[in-house]
Order: sequence, then structure tokens, then C-alpha cells
Amino acid sequence: MLIRRENRLSMLKSCKTGQARSERTSPILHYDVIIIGAGVVGNAIARELSRYKIDVAVLEKELDVGMGTSSRNSGVLHSGIHYKPGTLRARLNIQGNALMSDLCRDLKVKIKYIGKLTVAQDEADIETLNNLKKQGETNGVPGLEILDSEQMNKIQPGVSGIKALFSPSTGIICPYGLTIALAENATKNGVRFYLGDEVSAIEKKGHGFQLKTLTGKNFTARVVINSAGLNSDSICRMLGITEYKIYPCRGEYLVLDKRLKESLSTLVYPSPLKDRAGLGIHLTNTVDGNILIGPSNEYIENTDDYACTKSIMDKLQKEGHELLPGLTKSDFIRSFAGLRAKQMPSEVGGFKDFVIESSKDVHGLINLVGIESPGLTCSPAIARMVREMVRELIELKEKTNFISEQPGRTELFHELSTEEKMDLIAQNKDYGEIICRCEQITRKEILDAIQNPLGNKTINGIKYRSRAMMGRCQGGFCLPKIVQILEMEFDYRPENHLLFSRESSIFTGRVRN
Amino acid sequence: MNTNQRDLVVIGGGPAGLSAAIAAKKSGCRDVLLIERDRMLGGILSQCIHDGFGLHRFGESLTGPEYAQRLIGESHDMGIEALLGTIVLSMDRDRNLYVSSRMNGLTKISAGAIVLSMGCRERTAGAISLPGTRPAGIYTAGVAQNFVNLQNIMVGSEIAILGSGDIGLIMARRMTLEGACVKGVFEILPYPSGLQRNIQQCLNDYDIPLHLSTSVINVHGKDRVTGITVAQLDEKRRPVPGTDRYVQCDTLLLSVGLIPENELTRNADVKIDSTTAGATVDNTLMTSIPGIFSCGNVLHVHDLVDYVSEEADLAGEFAVQYLDGGFNIPNSSLNIEPKEGVRYVMPQKVTAPGDFTLSLRVTEPFRDKAIWVRDGHRKIARKKLVRLHPAEMIRIKVKADKVQSAKILEVSAE
Repeated sequence: MLIRRENRLSMLKSCKTGQARSERTSPILHYDVIIIGAGVVGNAIARELSRYKIDVAVLEKELDVGMGTSSRNSGVLHSGIHYKPGTLRARLNIQGNALMSDLCRDLKVKIKYIGKLTVAQDEADIETLNNLKKQGETNGVPGLEILDSEQMNKIQPGVSGIKALFSPSTGIICPYGLTIALAENATKNGVRFYLGDEVSAIEKKGHGFQLKTLTGKNFTARVVINSAGLNSDSICRMLGITEYKIYPCRGEYLVLDKRLKESLSTLVYPSPLKDRAGLGIHLTNTVDGNILIGPSNEYIENTDDYACTKSIMDKLQKEGHELLPGLTKSDFIRSFAGLRAKQMPSEVGGFKDFVIESSKDVHGLINLVGIESPGLTCSPAIARMVREMVRELIELKEKTNFISEQPGRTELFHELSTEEKMDLIAQNKDYGEIICRCEQITRKEILDAIQNPLGNKTINGIKYRSRAMMGRCQGGFCLPKIVQILEMEFDYRPENHLLFSRESSIFTGRVRN
Repeated sequence: MNTNQRDLVVIGGGPAGLSAAIAAKKSGCRDVLLIERDRMLGGILSQCIHDGFGLHRFGESLTGPEYAQRLIGESHDMGIEALLGTIVLSMDRDRNLYVSSRMNGLTKISAGAIVLSMGCRERTAGAISLPGTRPAGIYTAGVAQNFVNLQNIMVGSEIAILGSGDIGLIMARRMTLEGACVKGVFEILPYPSGLQRNIQQCLNDYDIPLHLSTSVINVHGKDRVTGITVAQLDEKRRPVPGTDRYVQCDTLLLSVGLIPENELTRNADVKIDSTTAGATVDNTLMTSIPGIFSCGNVLHVHDLVDYVSEEADLAGEFAVQYLDGGFNIPNSSLNIEPKEGVRYVMPQKVTAPGDFTLSLRVTEPFRDKAIWVRDGHRKIARKKLVRLHPAEMIRIKVKADKVQSAKILEVSAE
């Protein structure tokens, strides 16, 4: 308890005095490899490099991993039919899709191969489907089939269309679950995560780099990996590379109540046509049984503007009612927005292939720019590709004690069988007490989330790790209980409860002292 | 797992559950089990520290905790068994319950009859598709009330309130009394959603402005709320261009409606009324599944706890009648339907003999109208009212002898 409190105090202290500290000289922290950005790609690279006898650190500007695009997307494991043969996106998608099953098993991350129907409404659409199938097969997508109306209705009752392309390797995955698990596993294998440490300067020094963070920390590294996502262009500019520019493109989603989970058993997309931008608004199941409506497509100015807009939410609601006839107003439980790291401005539009390169201009720098969809699917393959680039720069010797598996289980407590539940409760009474009523999350699961290995101490950190507060009452019932646990058992004071960032205090003090 | 066989199980230990359990015990049921997920009884009343409760039932103005304590005291005196810190995970139509608690772990209970009294939850920002960012400082009014009244935690200093439900009005006063500045209450509808007495005692008495036909069209702030944009709405509830204005605040409280908590109810395939979002019941408060009764805010959202208790008394008494076998489930029943000017009427049908009370709400505010209960053209009951308001539940008594040969009961405001 005491140690926890000290950690917390030092965290608060450093956030208050962050600016002042940067003036002071603090000891320099030396690493072989520094990864900038703890999204799913950065964390996959971190975990891949943790197999080797090198010192690796990840610098992340937010207080938790995966707070950008990695937690704000559809959570789809793509098959790879949509990308031009020969592109990085096509190749890494196929490889990543194939790697994901074992990875999720080892890391205890939820994944479901539920397949996808791309549905044709007319002859022109059928032509598109045939071309997609050909392209997919060239890329190496397994099991593609063109189905007639009867066959597709067997897979997803109620779908209307004349033909559909079925891709059985399409799946759904918990995107933030994967991002967190990669980081936790990397930590276990020796990688150090610096959360809330935003890189403010990078300099090339001799054979390596010097980095500074806004909190006043100084680092050196032999290799720097820029996986800063929406801010990867800014990191490039710190090293004089000006050829990249990220254009954030916002996608808004609505989250639906789990009540409707039975109504969708597979992903259903419209056939992509020239008059339909992107892959179109559609329904996506999540691994936890919600349905997402979205995403929209809107180029915006800032890389941190996650606002939802009235006009798009209205549009998504309307689409939702058309796609899901049983939908009622009270089924909308949440909205959120994510940003795609586009390399093309709005007036050009379209897709540009990922940039994953060992920089020719700055030796020792590996740049990952424009990793938008299907970045989540590609992440394990990107990690392997980057590992080979690192191998060109420094020696990689494999560890003998690499731990590839995370402890625990994939399922939440409430998803277990009655016997398993009773066993666990017999071992630990905290499993008997439900704190989050909507999602049936137990006290034990909340305590585990509070004591997470990365040391995140925010309310959203507990939410993403335990699923508490993600249900239909959105924390109305359990947030007060979670705050009570933090106050009584972890010595929190009102000012310590942060939603997600240092400035996001959820309280202003005591009513009475 | 052993199955625990019980006569009557009451789910939820708030005012409805406590009242139902007490009434059942008084009616002679020896085996009443009250299940409460919290570690103490009383439900939401524990955090309602203002007064105004109990005027009808006890003839005096009590605070929420006082009202709860009277019921808790009575239930103790009667020796009613309560399982605290215990949550019902599932319920089926054969009245089997899976419950979980720290103390007893996972257990199964099979009940002779069940009274549902789980209360309601607040509508959230997500449910109303609140536009803008998602910073810290957005709370539903009841959650804020929990922090302020039960945990001694202040949620903000400059407060805007969206929605004029009763909890929002109560919190406007509460935050003001604790030194916060309440910038205003913004209500989408052209009339308030809360009780008139709360408008007077919580807003007018403290000079807190109420802006009707006004909504929040944007929330600002990246980390913590920095302000909201509000705009006036036209008759179709669309923002009127040019009426936008920025209101600086660090906190947005939402008081935009309550939703009966019927997930367990749906579990058991109980039929739900789409307007009340509660079970459909007959005049014994029995749902579409025999032996499962419903009362209080889980049945339909009330504005006064006194009426919750009154309804729960009946549910408890009829549940005991059901257990005693004094219940003939008739083949035919008399439907009750809301007509012009009436949003809903509860119960939805009559099956049992005896006088009964209809509870209803009007669709919009009216003056000088009467609530009519008719069977075709035949008058069954009528109640004249000067002021009819959707925020105030209307109750009207119906005599048994009048409905004996009725085909349907239609309820309207004319």
C-alpha cells in the first residue's frame, strides 16, 4: 500500500513540475532501441524485440498505451482482399492475419473468425466481387467463395443481395486488449515503458541519438523507431525529414447495446463502388458482443480532435435503423471517434501504401508512416519486418528466457462455466462480488486492472483493462464503487482520480474537509 | 450447486422491495427473502438527503434516508431475511435465480413467486448522443449526487445542467449550497421534466435560470470540460441558427431521463411495454409470466416514493395470494389502453376482481381537462384536473362493479 502511494505521489509530482524539470539535468537513460509511440504497432515491435538481448524502451506521450487509433477503430482482422497485389499493405495483411491467431492465444486476447460477406446488389457489383476475389487470391487470401442469395442468408439471415463474396479469414479482435497485452508481455520480457513522456527533441549524435521528453527525461539510443502514428510526421521533422505529412481523417462510431448481439453473426459490407467512399458505413460486431455503427469519413485539422458531431451521429443513427430494424433509441449506449493517419490530403483522397523503412538520410532511424487500416491486422507482421531492419543496424541475439505467454485467461469471469466460476470464487472471494452490474465485472477483475503491470492509474485504464463502465449504464452504477475502492484500498484522494490524462481530474476536491 | 427453495423472493432492497417484502410478510408469508446488491438496504434513497419524502405515506416530510430507515426498521422488526451484497445474475421463466455474493459465492435459488423491484438507471450521454468531446466532468446527476452526498467528493465548481429531471433540479440546489456556481438548467422540451415544487424550491429560490426549448449542441474541452455551446430549439427540436451561445463551465450534469432496469426481466421472457420500458402487468401487478410480479421504478418511473411503496404493497400482497393458490389465471382479460392525450397507463390489463387504481401520465401539459376511462361510449370513471403535467403521475380509482361487463378500458385526457 505504502509503495503504491509513493508511486502515485511521484507521478503527480512529476506532472506538476514537468516544465521546471526539463530545465534541470537528469541522469541520461541509455537504451539500444527506443520506440516512439505505444500504439499496437509500437507495442508489437517492442514485444518482438523483447526476444533479444538488447535494452528497449517505449516512449509514449499519453498516460496509457493505445490511446490513439489503436483503441479507436472497428477491431476488424482483415482478410486482405482490398489491397493491390505487391503492396506492403497486401503482403503484411496476409502475414499479419495468419500470425494473429497464435499471438492472441499466447497473449489471452479475444479474437473470433466470424467471416465477412461483401454483398452485391447488381451486375456491376458482381463484377467488382469477381475482381476482389481474383485480387484476394493473388494476395493469398484463403477460402474465398462467391455465394448466392440463399447461401449468404444461411450465414447471415436477412441479408439482401444477389451475390456475396465470403472471406472466412476475416475476424474481429479486441484492439485495445491486444495493444495492452503486447505491452504487458513486452514489459515482462524487459522492455521499459515510459508513459506520459512526450518526445520533445531528437538529435543525431555520433552513431546514435539523444532524445528529450517534455517531462525532462534524457535518453540515448542506437536505434530509434518512429511509430508515432498520427504524429509520425512530427517526429520525422525533428530529424529534418520533411517529406511526410499526415492528414487526420476522423471516423465516428456509435456503440450499441449487447441486447442486439444475436442479430449479427458475420460482418456484412456493401460492395465497394466508385460512388461509395471507403468501405462504407456498416455494422461491426465486437468480441464482447456490442455492435458498432460506423465509421464516417471526415478530414480534420488536428491530430487530437476526437469530438463527435451532431450531424454525423444523426446520420449513423439513421443508417443503424435501416440496417437493424429492431433497433430502439435506448440501444445507443456510447459514441466515439478515431483518426486515420492518411498520407493523402482530402482533395486527393484514396489510399497510399504504408511507409516502413530504414531511413537513408538518418542512419539508425526506422520510420513507420501512414499505418492506417489494416494496421491492426498487419501489426505482428510489421513487427517482424522491423525486427529485420533492426538486425541490419545492431546485433540481435536471441534470449533463452523469453516468455511468450501471458498468464490468466482470455475470457472474462462472467463468460466462464458455472463450475469454473465456483472454483475461482472458492479460491478468491473477490470473484463473488460483482462491481460492474451491466458487464458483470467482479471486484477481483477490477483490482487486477487497478494493479496493472504498466502502472497506469487512470479511470479509463481500469475501463479498458476490466470492461467495467463499458456497459449500458456507462459507469452510472460502478464508477462510484470503483472510486470507493480506490479511496479505501489504494489511498486515493479526490485530486488523484484522473480520467485519462494529467489534466483530466474527475473531481475538484472534498465537499467538507 | 445446491438449489435453495424459497417461497417469495424480492429482488432489490430499495423502497419498492422493502415495501413489498413487508407487505408480503404482513399478508402471512413466512418465507420472504429480500436480495440487495448493495451492502445496505434503502436503494437510491440513501443518497437523497433532501426532504419531501413520505407526505402521503407517513403524513410528514422526511429525508430519503429517514424514509428508507422507517422501512428498514420495520423489515428488521418483522424478521425479514435480507441477503446484502448479493446480485442476481440471471432469472428464468420458471423462477430460478442465479445469485452471487462475496459471502456465499454462486448459488441457485428457486422461488415460488418473485417480486421485481430493481428500480431504474439514468439515461447517459451516449444514450442521448451528446455531441462534442469526452473530457472529464460529465456526470449523470445521480452519480454526482452519490459522490457529493455519500463520498464527500465535489465533482466540479462551475456547473451546467442538461435536462430538468427531478434529480438534476435537486442537484442544482445541492451544488449551489456547497459553493458551486450553477450556470443554468437547459431543457430540450418547452416545459420542465421535473415536479413544479422542485422548480420552485431548487431553481427559483436560488435564482438559477431554467432555459426551456434549449439544448447543448456541443461540449468543449480536451481533458476536462471547459464549456458547452447551447442553442434554442424550434418546434421540431432543431437548433435555431444564430441562437448559439457559449457557457463556460467545468462540469456538465445530465438529468435526461430514467430507464427501468429490466435486463433480468427480459432474461425471463417477460413481456415489456415499449412506452414504460417496464413489464406489462395486470391489476395484481403480475407480469406476463405467472408468479413474477413487478413494482416501483422497474415497472414505470414514479415521481413520488410514497406511490412506489403503495404499488409495492399490492405486489407483495398479490404475490402471497398467488403462493397461497388463491389465484385463478383467467383465460380472458380486460385490456386497458392509452388514448388521446395519455402517454401510458398502468396496469395494462385487468384480470382479478376488486377495485383498482390506474397510474398514468399525459403526453404534454394541459389545463382544465378530465381523465376519462371509458368502455366504448360508456363512462367507467372520470377525474377532473386543473393542471395536468407529464412530470406528475395521475392516479384514478376504478370501481370493480363498473368494469364487470366491460370489453376494453380506454383512457384519455379531454
